[in-house]
Amino acid sequence: MKRVSVESLVPTACVVVVTALILGISFEQTGDPERTLRFYVSFLSVATVLAIFALALNLQWGYTGVFNFGVAAFFLIGAYTAAIVTKEPDRTDFEEYIGGYGPDLDVAPFLATDQWFPFLVAVLVSGTVCGVLAFLLSFPTLRLREDYLAITMIGVAELTRRIAIEEQWLVNGTRNLGNIPGPFQNVLDINDYRYVFLAVAISFLLLVFFALERSVRSPWGRVLRALREDEMAAEASGKNVRAYRTQAFVLGAVIMGAGGAMYAFGARAIAPETFTHYFATFIIWTMVIVGGSGNNKGALLGAYVVWGFWQSTLLIQSYDLPDVVQVRIPFIRDMLLGLLIVLALLFMPHGLLPERARVSVWAERAARRVRPPPAGPAPPSAEPQEDKA
Amino acid sequence: MAAIEREATTFQFRDWQRRFGNFATGAGLWLLIIAFVIGAFIWERDGLVTGTVVGSLFALGAIGITLIYGILKFGHFAHGDSMMLSAYLAFMFLTGNIAGETQRSDVELLPFSASDLPGATTKIWEFSFGYSLLVAMGLAAILMAGFLIALDHAVYGPLRRRHSGIVTFSIASLGLALIIRSLMLFIWGSGPRFYSPGIREATELPFDIRILYDQIFILAMALVLMAAVYLLLYRTKLGKAMRAMADNAELARVSGINTDRTVTWTWAIAGALVAVAGVMLGLQTQLRPELGFIVILPLFASAILGGVGSPHGALAGGLIIGIVQETSVTSGILDSGYKFSVAAIVLVMVLLIRPTGLFGVPR
Repeated sequence: MKRVSVESLVPTACVVVVTALILGISFEQTGDPERTLRFYVSFLSVATVLAIFALALNLQWGYTGVFNFGVAAFFLIGAYTAAIVTKEPDRTDFEEYIGGYGPDLDVAPFLATDQWFPFLVAVLVSGTVCGVLAFLLSFPTLRLREDYLAITMIGVAELTRRIAIEEQWLVNGTRNLGNIPGPFQNVLDINDYRYVFLAVAISFLLLVFFALERSVRSPWGRVLRALREDEMAAEASGKNVRAYRTQAFVLGAVIMGAGGAMYAFGARAIAPETFTHYFATFIIWTMVIVGGSGNNKGALLGAYVVWGFWQSTLLIQSYDLPDVVQVRIPFIRDMLLGLLIVLALLFMPHGLLPERARVSVWAERAARRVRPPPAGPAPPSAEPQEDKA
Repeated sequence: MAAIEREATTFQFRDWQRRFGNFATGAGLWLLIIAFVIGAFIWERDGLVTGTVVGSLFALGAIGITLIYGILKFGHFAHGDSMMLSAYLAFMFLTGNIAGETQRSDVELLPFSASDLPGATTKIWEFSFGYSLLVAMGLAAILMAGFLIALDHAVYGPLRRRHSGIVTFSIASLGLALIIRSLMLFIWGSGPRFYSPGIREATELPFDIRILYDQIFILAMALVLMAAVYLLLYRTKLGKAMRAMADNAELARVSGINTDRTVTWTWAIAGALVAVAGVMLGLQTQLRPELGFIVILPLFASAILGGVGSPHGALAGGLIIGIVQETSVTSGILDSGYKFSVAAIVLVMVLLIRPTGLFGVPR
């Protein structure tokens, strides 16, 4: 008889509850299995895209302790870069933007008209742009206290959003950008595109996940965790602390930029109003904190659970409520999100999936060779962890 | 160890460079600021006046931030939203009204309000308000001090006892900022509010300076409070305890200072100051819930530009940020949409050139 600890059941239970909640809500609202599935697929695509951000933030904050509170900046820049790279050049009076290289890029040798090559280029370009920005920002901020980076990033996020709103010539301002050509989208029905995009997004997420899992177990990841726990000790053992933090910050920003591009292709229309602190920064932070910072699986779980929570609070809107309450539901949701952050910090500081004490991939392999693999998921590390960062 | 090394080398270039560089950036920054203010006085007098007024508000908020930074060692990101919340609380005490989509549909909540006091709405001197606003401001200040102490007991205290890192505090304060903001939107809606409708009187001062009477009040109030904070910090026992805690909290505790009480007082002072700043921001512009989160940028920029932990630095930083922000908009260099982003640009520049700020100690 396998012994199953209660803790090991929590993640599964959370996923089951959230899935049931989402499916239940959408089925109750639509009463149609087909549309329920469609809703679930679009729910899952957004959750996947946000999970990419959660992983990137987990690398920056969870593993390295870089306090990036401007996820919205990279989100916005990634999404807008992808949009203006892949869109057609602006011809109408209603749209005004720079770039528009989509048709020029759609010339890859095979599958030439399926818009997959511009998609790949856009993801790469978005990642690069965000990486360069993060590198430049690392100069004034990363050598200082953690919260200087936070306030600077809040400022940068606000500034980028203002630029997107004010500079009409750049990205069409508040008139938004629509018709972003997704991969294979021109040869597919709009309903089929949902599934294709979900597949693309999930494969990208898995790619990021495994790459990050591998790299945090490498010596490089070990240094990151070392300097998160004790910067002075890491420096004393000869590690260039600032270089490592810059690397983690830039790499996280590259992933965020690519994630922003994925968002643009999933939503196919973007507006500056989407990328406020509340949506683009708070939710992702909540995901990492609730899921368990310093644990990539935790970030994935947090993304799913928090996005499920966020979407299921839409439930209250469908009921017949007095107008006074009805118009205030968005504020109630915001308040719940804030409460979730504070309560998670107070009562669940390690998240749903706490970080596991981990040395290196070689040590784990050696341990596996010595004794048979443990049955079921291993319980969280026995030794009490100190509150990090 | 370090002392031995320093003795061993007669001339350490890096050491010299560090000291001189520190002096040079400080002097350079001051020269730049003086040149800027003189330029603003010559070409952008209106922007300079508005900037000074707005800047003195920023300074009041930034003092709270800098005190909390110094004593509790974390950036209190809920400060801007607390500022706006206290402006709304004063609005509630002033009119007795709450909620409502527009100002006209506001619901009467309190059985009586500050405006019901005898002669409370008679305008004082040339100001646009009677003493009812002062009463409401006082009530809001007391309530906000209590609110911040309650927050400390509910959230920051437990985190402190767990020895959490500063990042945990900052995230918690951002979560609280989100809660406070949605609370304001929930109760008062997103429409703007004003304390007193109608046109406000302006006056001419020497040197061709046009200023509103209300702005004179704001400036005077800010100066009085600044002086009070200064006296409190450097002339009272509590101030001594606060400065001791800012230097070394552990040492302060073992030498018999009641650190818990000092922390409570810090929150109370920060809350009262930020409440007054919020009410006067409402007087200067308008009440808008979104303003709360936007205003933390200038507040933090002021605190960091002045040097974290230094109250007179917060005053200088606040004034400079306010003047730069207003003149860059009135002179047409930047579009008015960028008004609050100016602080972000200044912040990045300060962090690049002189992260210790104008009055900060190098760390």
